[in-house]
Amino acid sequence: MEGTLNLVGFGLAAIGPGIATGLIFAAYINGVARQPEARSVLQPIAFLGFALAEALALFGLVLAFVL
Amino acid sequence: MTPVLRKDWLRVIRLAEGEGFKPPSAEDFVLPPIFGDNAFTTKPIFLAFLAVILISSFFILSARKAAVVPSKLQYAGESVYGFVRNNLAKDVIGHEFMRFVPYLFTLFTFILVNNLFGIIPFLQFPTMSRVSFPYVLAIITFLVFHYVGVRKHGAFKYIKEIMFMPGVPKVAYILITPLELLTFFLVRPLTLSLRLFANMFAGHLLLMVFFLGGEHLLQGVIGLKLISPFAFLIGVALTFFEFMVQCLQAYIFTLLAALYIAGALADEH
Repeated sequence: MEGTLNLVGFGLAAIGPGIATGLIFAAYINGVARQPEARSVLQPIAFLGFALAEALALFGLVLAFVL
Repeated sequence: MTPVLRKDWLRVIRLAEGEGFKPPSAEDFVLPPIFGDNAFTTKPIFLAFLAVILISSFFILSARKAAVVPSKLQYAGESVYGFVRNNLAKDVIGHEFMRFVPYLFTLFTFILVNNLFGIIPFLQFPTMSRVSFPYVLAIITFLVFHYVGVRKHGAFKYIKEIMFMPGVPKVAYILITPLELLTFFLVRPLTLSLRLFANMFAGHLLLMVFFLGGEHLLQGVIGLKLISPFAFLIGVALTFFEFMVQCLQAYIFTLLAALYIAGALADEH
């Protein structure tokens, strides 16, 4: 077996942002399903939240390569 | 599977593989220059230029004979433009959106075409899987949204609004001010570029694993030969998945650029 443990660490670190992204979009879909006209209000909020949650996973990716 | 069986199975694979399978890695993305030693003549750079030629010729052709009753080509061009203008610029930025449509439109089409190069036969390399391309796009976006904010509010007020978000208890500024500064000046451009890069990089790596692995299985013993069609099948399915991811990433990059511009334009953050 070859490779680096960093990638295992990155896999573990990606669990959190993965769940977070799922929760954000679940809430977004819920909101739009209940009130379709609120879509344009909810969309920026959902994507800003998604970008923030995704940022953590991306830091993990960078650290997996850098360390 | 019992441990003993598993060991035997691994040994069979190792015997069948002969010299062993070298999995694709990050080194496979560093392509040699095409002409001599000039580092500016690598494949990604040619692909970026090809994207510019393709996009400009497509939209010039589609807009050349603009008519009230559009031809098929004009319709195709206008629906892409309409998508960026209405769904990305107008919905997100609001009444001042027309100023930013050219930039967002360029961003969207450039990223989309460059991403799609990843699954177009014979080209098959997503330009954005070389990290410098997303970096440049993110730096331009970074400059654009800060410039817009400074022009709208004046430099002092703009920075003040970033650092001291209104409607927050004074004590909380100890925590919020550094975080906000970090978000606006470091995290935003960094994640914007890395998100695009990571998706394209991982997608291309995934396709390489399945197609190179499938090819390698074909050279193995008869049992492995029988497995290799499944590897190719998964590779084909993943190609369709990649297509979806590539369109989505172009959309997300442009949407976030529009969101950041809208945030800089907004009266209160």
